[in-house]
Amino acid sequence: MSANAYLHCFLGVSGREWRRFVQQRTRFFSALVRPLLWLVVFAAGFRAVLGISIMAPYGTYIVYEVYITPGLCCMILLFNGMQGSLSMVYDREMGSMKVLLMSPLSRPFLLLSKVLAISLVSLVQVYAFLGIAWWYGIQPPAFGLVTALPALLLVAMMLSTLGLVLANAIHRLENFAGVMNFVIFPLFFLSSALYPLWKMQEAGPWLYWLCSYNPFTHGVELVRFALYEQLAAAPLLWCLGLTGAFGLIAVLTFDLRRGVRMKSPASANAT
Amino acid sequence: MISLAHPARDTTPMLEVADISHRYGAHQALERVSLSLTKGGFHSLLGPNGAGKSTLIALITGLLRSQSGEIRVAGHSLSRQPREVRRHLGVVFQQPTLDLDLSVRQNLLYHASLHGLGRRQARERCEWELARQHLEARANDKVRQLNGGHRRRLEIARALLHEPELLILDEASVGLDTASRQALNEHVRILCRERGMTVLWTTHLLDEIAPQDPVVVLCTGRVIANSQAQALCTHTGTHTLQEAFGRLTAKPGDTVMEGRS
Repeated sequence: MSANAYLHCFLGVSGREWRRFVQQRTRFFSALVRPLLWLVVFAAGFRAVLGISIMAPYGTYIVYEVYITPGLCCMILLFNGMQGSLSMVYDREMGSMKVLLMSPLSRPFLLLSKVLAISLVSLVQVYAFLGIAWWYGIQPPAFGLVTALPALLLVAMMLSTLGLVLANAIHRLENFAGVMNFVIFPLFFLSSALYPLWKMQEAGPWLYWLCSYNPFTHGVELVRFALYEQLAAAPLLWCLGLTGAFGLIAVLTFDLRRGVRMKSPASANAT
Repeated sequence: MISLAHPARDTTPMLEVADISHRYGAHQALERVSLSLTKGGFHSLLGPNGAGKSTLIALITGLLRSQSGEIRVAGHSLSRQPREVRRHLGVVFQQPTLDLDLSVRQNLLYHASLHGLGRRQARERCEWELARQHLEARANDKVRQLNGGHRRRLEIARALLHEPELLILDEASVGLDTASRQALNEHVRILCRERGMTVLWTTHLLDEIAPQDPVVVLCTGRVIANSQAQALCTHTGTHTLQEAFGRLTAKPGDTVMEGRS
């Protein structure tokens, strides 16, 4: 297979992901409204309660809205990554996963295409959100929007590979909602998205420990620093390592399960 | 077996299944199944429900990992060169696998991209197959708007996009009315003749099989007959395929299997 074949395949997979996203207008709408609600309502209310001292990467005192913007960007990535994996479970239920599995291109490549396609759709949503936030008054350095791009892409890929691992583990569509509650909310709340880690330290050592090892925390910090034109080395390494690890697990478990459920004759009889 | 339009230069079988066994837990779904399909021709895989047809198809298409035995497609080993095998394979699955919210053409182009076809080539192949299936007028319609017969034809068009040498149709006529079923069957036979393609057609419906068809009969996970449909009648001393099939699948000691679904 030539390099061109791989390119066409990637374009096909991402084209499908994009079409799906465009067709579901409510999805785009809710993907925008969710973080905006947090920004405009939640942050405005919390602003008075939570004072944030001067801390890196911010050079001055900041308002709470500025603090949570990177976390909300990552929230979009998180929701979209999980939505992408939900579509994998849906594909498996509906049978269209078989079409993917009959491709003569390598399966790790197909999965990587899928992850990259989901991530690119996420990025469009993040920048739409940052645009509105800018208009609302949250204005990071303009060049920061450029330096944040690779960071956002890496975090998007980390979260969508995590989504793939979950998609491989989830057998039925109905179980998905439960898993989301046990994955999205702990990831989001036990992170530095809403409050700085040192605040967590005051709350208790084990809570702090959980937050500091949460992959989502590293993602948020990477984006936070990148948005202010700075490189956070430790979060970068964490995100790279975790993306690799999740990707590897996704490929291994995907191949084992072969992406389809084969009814055993026993269960076929039962129905 | 069957007469080919062109003298066969290459005698490698298109599909070779050698000594395949498969079990789900304690249940032995397939037991030492071997069969070989010559190039070209319409081959039928026949068996009552629960005979192991779907398991065999899942193994051949690589959706299930084989536990023992060897499968080769166009001379390529499925375990060692799975991607080469998938290149030669077109499959129409029993359950529909179309993306309902995409248009007819988008479904085809998506499949073409998964096979690495370039944009122009994909468009050409797509229009050609749509014309072949008389679906041009529906090209921009959502699949959701198509009826069952049209959806099946679209799945066949899709399976043929990358010009496979072996086309597998797993109970493709299930859910269609008699007229559409017949039309589909004839259509695949025409494809087979015109392109010299090898077709493996699995079914439990005997009226889809012509007297000259090579037939493999699967029952409780074993191959119990492998010959021309007509010869099956001769061997069993029956007049119709229906009777021959009834006699073959209800040997003493075997339980009669009725419509398990």
